[in-house]
Amino acid sequence: MIGVALRRIGSAVPVLLLVSLITFGMMRLIPGDPAAAIAGLSATQREIEQIRADLGLNEPFLVQLLRWYGGLLQGDLGRSILMGKGVVAVTFERLPVTLGLSAYALVLTLAIGLLAGILAALRQNTLIDQLAMMFAMIGISVPSFFLGLLMIILFSVRLGWLPTGGYIPFGEDPWGWFRSATMPAISLALLQAGLLARITRSTMLEVMRQDYIRTARAKGLPGRQVVFKHALANAMIPITTVIGIIISLLLSGAVVTEALFSIPGIGGLLTQAVLNRDYPLVQGGLLLVTAFLVLVNIGIDMLYAWLDPRVRYE
Amino acid sequence: MSLLDIRGLTTAFQTERGEITAVEDISFSLEEGEILGIVGESGSGKSVTALTVMGLLPRPPARIVSGSVRFAGQELTGLSERQMQKVRGPGIAMIFQEPMTSLNPVFRIGEQIMETIRAHERLSTRALRDRAVQMLEKVGIPSPARRLDDYPHQLSGGQRQRVMIAMALACNPRLLIADEPTTALDVTIQAQILDLLMDLRDEFGMAIMIITHNMGVVAETADRVMVMYAGRVVEEAPVGTVFDAPLHPYTRGLLDCVPSLSAAKPRLVAIPGNLPEPARRPSGCRFRPRCGLAVPACAAAIPPLDPHGPGHRVACIRATAEVAA
Repeated sequence: MIGVALRRIGSAVPVLLLVSLITFGMMRLIPGDPAAAIAGLSATQREIEQIRADLGLNEPFLVQLLRWYGGLLQGDLGRSILMGKGVVAVTFERLPVTLGLSAYALVLTLAIGLLAGILAALRQNTLIDQLAMMFAMIGISVPSFFLGLLMIILFSVRLGWLPTGGYIPFGEDPWGWFRSATMPAISLALLQAGLLARITRSTMLEVMRQDYIRTARAKGLPGRQVVFKHALANAMIPITTVIGIIISLLLSGAVVTEALFSIPGIGGLLTQAVLNRDYPLVQGGLLLVTAFLVLVNIGIDMLYAWLDPRVRYE
Repeated sequence: MSLLDIRGLTTAFQTERGEITAVEDISFSLEEGEILGIVGESGSGKSVTALTVMGLLPRPPARIVSGSVRFAGQELTGLSERQMQKVRGPGIAMIFQEPMTSLNPVFRIGEQIMETIRAHERLSTRALRDRAVQMLEKVGIPSPARRLDDYPHQLSGGQRQRVMIAMALACNPRLLIADEPTTALDVTIQAQILDLLMDLRDEFGMAIMIITHNMGVVAETADRVMVMYAGRVVEEAPVGTVFDAPLHPYTRGLLDCVPSLSAAKPRLVAIPGNLPEPARRPSGCRFRPRCGLAVPACAAAIPPLDPHGPGHRVACIRATAEVAA
């Protein structure tokens, strides 16, 4: 178990290195000048030059890169040009908003996706199966922003049940957070729930055909024990891998949803940073998000090893 | 009263091309403590018979068309799934061909044995564990208390089949169905497993229905033999009679396929042709197209399973001395 964790953490280092290299390079490849963005439209060429020199943007690419990595090694991700604050501080202000929303969406995804998938598999080729798969198909096909808009029109504008947007921190008002996050979470979760339902269904069908399920039944075990113990324990192994991917998708999908519901999350922050060529914030922010995703994946791998003794004992 | 009494059992499967009969009008019985060998090629209906008795066929597509399965006086065909669960385990237990895949890979073997007992008896955790250790010991797993916490992938094929047997016998069943229990194992292990089954029969006194395509396995274990072909019983007799004086040409063919070191057999004889597909079974005797003794009368009707001596039944109109000769 510890061996698995150490190996995975070791393999995370090159991933982070590559991601940082790509974002660093990309930001400098795309046209646009952070100095000009800061100086504003009325600035003279001299002023822009001055700002550029202050930011160290006149240095050769390699020098800039090494200087950034040097800071990284000391835990310094630089200062956001736009916000005038440290990248770490700015990112950690916004990240919890997105994580809270994604976690809510993940809970919905798991509840809907697993339940619908298991039910569909157990009632294969019945009306329940067809209905579950129809809803999964709708979830997969309808874009989340469109679904979000429909929900705003229905639940906020027409019925007035939920706020159209905005964000209330959980710490200030849990019920308020719940109300403000529900529609975004649903619009985010439905696509993933559809995917998960389909994968859960096919995995369960596959597992239910295995010899050990027949053995479990031959032993006279009750039906629910055969399904929820013997079948699910095996089905969860491939499903867990999918859940890992779903977490990444939820985080990246949050960008659009946050914009739609005007939620001040990491998606909005990074979009702004890219548009304003806030090099340090884009690089640092993305690196932190990537590091978080890598951590999630290590967690998933640990879970995987916990679920499957054959992996654990390798 | 027989322990197991099957009368006129017909099991069919719904397929896209209509209903196909896998087992047709079979009747046989099994006494307490008796070992019955069911022999036949793949597709002859042996496993379907066993799974019908266990109530383990998925319904649909499977369906019991007619007949009765009485176990210890209780009719099984009409039982609900919940009632059937009570029979499986303490009544009838089953082991399968593939020990490699028949155990659940994610649970410890001790847990898999204990949950079987837990499903049928109220015992303390301590007593459950003791019983599991005891069962592993009985099937010849060395240092059983330690192996309890092993996962199936840590065991060899032979050991896994032993664990399967321990699991099947954990609730002291009155009938054990062994579906090709040694087919997937190495030859040396095969003999060990068969010996183990015989020893356990003597110790526990359960009846065994051993399904195999291997006449050697039958010779070694069975008291009585039932030969199946294309979904029907073609011959049934005490084991000695089957080997000394088989009456059905198919049984004779199966015996000719068995290699022997002692008998002066010049060469092995294969039965020509293949088992007919269920949808394309010939009229009359189903073995007719492959039978060297077939006459036009064989095509007229399915031959009835008629008695030919004590405990000997044969379904062949040519079942005469010339077959045995």
